[in-house]
Amino acid sequence: MHILKNPNFNFIKYRWHALVLSWVIILAGAGVVMTKGLALGVEFSGGTIVILRFDAVPGIDQVRSALDKTFPGGGQGVVVQRYGDVSQREIMVRVPHVGKESGTELVSAADDVTKAIAAANLGKFTVEGTEIVGPVVGQDLRTKGLLATVLSLGGILLYITFRFQLSFAVGAVVATLHDLLITMAFLSFFRYDLSLNVIAAVLTLTGYSMNDTIVIFDRVRENLRGMRRDNLNDVVNVSVNQTLNRTIITGGTTLLSVVALFFFGGEVLRGFAFVMIVGVLTGTYSSVFIAAAIVTFWRHGKGGSRIVASAPTTTPSARTAATARQRKGSRDGARAL
Amino acid sequence: MNNLRWRILLIVVIIGACLWAIIPPDQKIRLGLDLKGGVHLVLRVNTDDALKLETETTAERLREDLEKAGVTGATVRTLGPRAFEVIGVQPAQDALLRSSAAGVEASFNRESGASGAYRFVMKPNVAIDLARAAVDQAQQTIERRVNDLGVAEALIARQGTNDDQLLVQLPGVTDVARAKGVIQSMALLELKLVEQGSAPSREALLQATGGQEPAGTEVLPGIEGRVAAGERPQIVYFLVRKVPVITGRDLRSARQGPDSFNQPAIHFSVKSDGAVKLGKATRENINRRLAIVLDRSVVSAPNIEGQITDEGQISGSFTMQEAEDLALKLRSGALPATLTYLQQQTIGPTLGADSIRSGLIASLASLMLVALFMLFYYRLSGINSVVALVFNLVILLGAMSYIGATMTLPGIAGFVLTMGVGVDSNVLIFERIKEELEAQRGVRASINAGFSRVFLTLLDTHISALISAAFLFQFGTGPIRGFATTLTFGLISNLFTATFVSKTLFEIVLSRRQAQTLSI
Repeated sequence: MHILKNPNFNFIKYRWHALVLSWVIILAGAGVVMTKGLALGVEFSGGTIVILRFDAVPGIDQVRSALDKTFPGGGQGVVVQRYGDVSQREIMVRVPHVGKESGTELVSAADDVTKAIAAANLGKFTVEGTEIVGPVVGQDLRTKGLLATVLSLGGILLYITFRFQLSFAVGAVVATLHDLLITMAFLSFFRYDLSLNVIAAVLTLTGYSMNDTIVIFDRVRENLRGMRRDNLNDVVNVSVNQTLNRTIITGGTTLLSVVALFFFGGEVLRGFAFVMIVGVLTGTYSSVFIAAAIVTFWRHGKGGSRIVASAPTTTPSARTAATARQRKGSRDGARAL
Repeated sequence: MNNLRWRILLIVVIIGACLWAIIPPDQKIRLGLDLKGGVHLVLRVNTDDALKLETETTAERLREDLEKAGVTGATVRTLGPRAFEVIGVQPAQDALLRSSAAGVEASFNRESGASGAYRFVMKPNVAIDLARAAVDQAQQTIERRVNDLGVAEALIARQGTNDDQLLVQLPGVTDVARAKGVIQSMALLELKLVEQGSAPSREALLQATGGQEPAGTEVLPGIEGRVAAGERPQIVYFLVRKVPVITGRDLRSARQGPDSFNQPAIHFSVKSDGAVKLGKATRENINRRLAIVLDRSVVSAPNIEGQITDEGQISGSFTMQEAEDLALKLRSGALPATLTYLQQQTIGPTLGADSIRSGLIASLASLMLVALFMLFYYRLSGINSVVALVFNLVILLGAMSYIGATMTLPGIAGFVLTMGVGVDSNVLIFERIKEELEAQRGVRASINAGFSRVFLTLLDTHISALISAAFLFQFGTGPIRGFATTLTFGLISNLFTATFVSKTLFEIVLSRRQAQTLSI
C-alpha cells in the first residue's frame, strides 16, 4: 500500500513562498510577545499556584471577586480558571505574589488565597496542591534552559558537519531554530504558559525536527553519489519525494500520539502536547522547505547550482573518475561527502 | 540458522530480564513526586552565616590572645561575614599584635591601616572551602533529619549555579509546615553561663556596666519560667558569657521525655570530653544559672544545683510535638547556616492519582492508535512493528526500573513520544524494503538491503537526539532530567528493537518458508 504512488512534487519551487510564510508567522508571534508579553509559567516568573477541589464548584467570577479584596487589581496578575476534567471540580488560582522569600513566609500568599476564598463562603473545598516559586529560581531556570538549547544545537551542528558537511549542518540547525520560533509564536497566539513541561516539549521537538531533517539529508547524500551530474535542486527534490511517504507516515503517527496526549493526558500535559502538535507539523514542514532549501541556497551562493562531489566511499567508475579529473582545480573544488 | 537461534535467545533474555524488573509494576516502578504526591522544596544555604561564624570566632580568639599578651586599649570589631579589624593598637605593642595574629593568618590576610589599625580579611580559597563545607554539612544534617522523620525515598540533592541550593523532595509528606520547621531550624544548641539577668530590657540589664556589654559577654533574648499554652511569652534578656560551656556538637543523644513536673522536655547525654567540660563548669559555678541557648535565644536558664557531667535535660514551654522535633534536630546536629526557601510545591495524593490515570490513558490510546495504523498500512509486516513497539515499551520500563529512575509526568510524556518516534525507524526500514521490492529484487535481498541501508540513517538520527538528551540531562532540573532519562533509554531501546528485533522477526518468517512475496 502507498499513500502516494511515486510522488513528484516540485518542493524547491515553493521555497520562497515558504520563507515568506514562515517569516510572517514568526514576526506575528514576535508582535504578540512584544505587545502582550510571553505568558511565563510560575516556574519562570515566580508566584504562587493553589489548586482547590470544591464540593460544588463556584463561579469563576465569584472566586475572582473573593480574591479581589486580598489581591487588589486582580485583573492583571491573578489567574482563576477551571483545572482538569469537569468531574474533578477543581479550580486553579495563580497569583504573582510569593510572600517574603524566606522561612515559612514563602507560603503566606498561598495561605492568603485559601483564607480569602474561605472567607467568601463559596462552599467547602480542600487544597489539592500548591506551588510557590521565588524569583531566584526562575532566573536560574531561564539561564539553564537557554544554555541547554544553545549547547545542544552547537553539538548537533558539529556532529552533522562531521557526518555530512557544513551546509547541511547549517540547514538543519536553522530549520530547528525556525521550529523553535514558530512554536513560540503559536504559544503566544494561544496564550499557553511557558512552563517547565513546555520547555521539555520544545527541546524534544528540536530532536524531532532534527530527526526528520537528517532522514531527508541522508537520502540527498545517497543520491548525490548516483546523480552527480544533475542539478542540486533536482537531487534535493527527488530526495524529498522519495522520502515523502515516510515523512507523512512518521509525522502522522507521531501526531496521533501527541493528539492522544492532548485530549487524554490531563491538564498538566496539555501545554506539552500542544507544543508537540505544533512542533510535529512545523518540524515536518521545515525539513522540506527550510533545511533542504538552505542547502540549495548555500550551493547557489557558492558558485553554480551544480553539485560536485567526489565520493570516496564508493568505487569510482570510469565516468566519475573523468568528472573528478575534469573538475580538478576548478574554484569550488571537490568536497568530500 | 544457528545464528538465528542465538539472536532469539538474546531477545528472550533481554525481554525476560526487563519483565522481571517491572512485575508487579506498582512495586517495581518508582513514582515521582508529581505522581505520588508530597512536598518539593528548593532552599538556599546562606553560606555567609558560616563565614560570619568563623570570622567572629577568630576575632574573639584574637581578642583573648591579645589580652593574654598584654596588649591594652585595642578593640576588635567584626566588619562583615569575611572581615574584622583591630584598632587602637599602640605603636609600642605593634610587635605583640603581629606575633599574636600569626595564628590567624593561616586563613586571614592582614592589611595594615593607618595609626595602629589592622584589617583581617578571609582568604578567598578559605571562604570557598568554608562555604562548600557549610552546604555539605547542611545537606547531611537535613538528610539525617528527614530520615529521622521517617520519610521513605526522600531525595536531597545539590543544585543551582553557585551550588548552594538544595533540592528536597519528600514523597508522601502532607504536613508541610512541620517538615519545613524540622528542616529549617538551625538547632544550634549552646550552654552558656549567665552573668546577669534576667531583666525586662537590654538597657536595664546593662545599667550596672554603663550600657556596655563587658568583654567576653553578650546579651541574648529569651524567656523566663513556664509559659502557659496559648499565652504570649514575655521576652526577657540575659547577659551570658560568649564562649559556651558545651554546644550541640558535644551531645551524644537527645530524646523527648517528661521532666519532673511531668511536662514534655528533652533529655540529653553528653560525649566524654564534653562531659569533662560540663563537669568542670558546673562544679565551679554552683548556684549560678546556666542558660540553655537554642538558635541564639534562651529557652530556659536553670540554677546549677550540683555538678552535672554527662546527662541533662532541657525544660521549657514545649508541646509534646515540639519537644520531639527539637530532640530530633539536636540528634541530627546543627545546621551550619540559615536556610532560605526559594521554591515549594505540594502535590496532594489525589492530584497525583489523577495525573497517573490521564497519563496512562493517553499512553495506551496513542499506543493503540499507532499500532492500528501500522497494521492497516503495512499488513502482516505491521505485526512486526507492533511487536517492536511493545518490546520497546517493556525494555524502556525495565531499564528505568533497573537504574531506579523515577517516573514523572513529563516522563510519561517522554514514553508516548518514544512510541511515536520509535515507529519512525520501522517506517523508514519498511519504506525502503518496499522500494527495493519495486526494483524487482527478491524478498530476502530487499529485506537485507532495507535494514543495512537504513541503519546508518538511524544511527545519525539517534546520535543527534542523544546529543540533545545529554544536554537536557546536564542542565535540566527535576522534571526535565526525568524526561531526558526516559528519552535516552527510549532512543537506545528503539535502536535495538527497530533493527535487531525487527530483523530477527523477518528472518524467523523467512527461515520457515521460501517467501516469494512479502505482505508489506
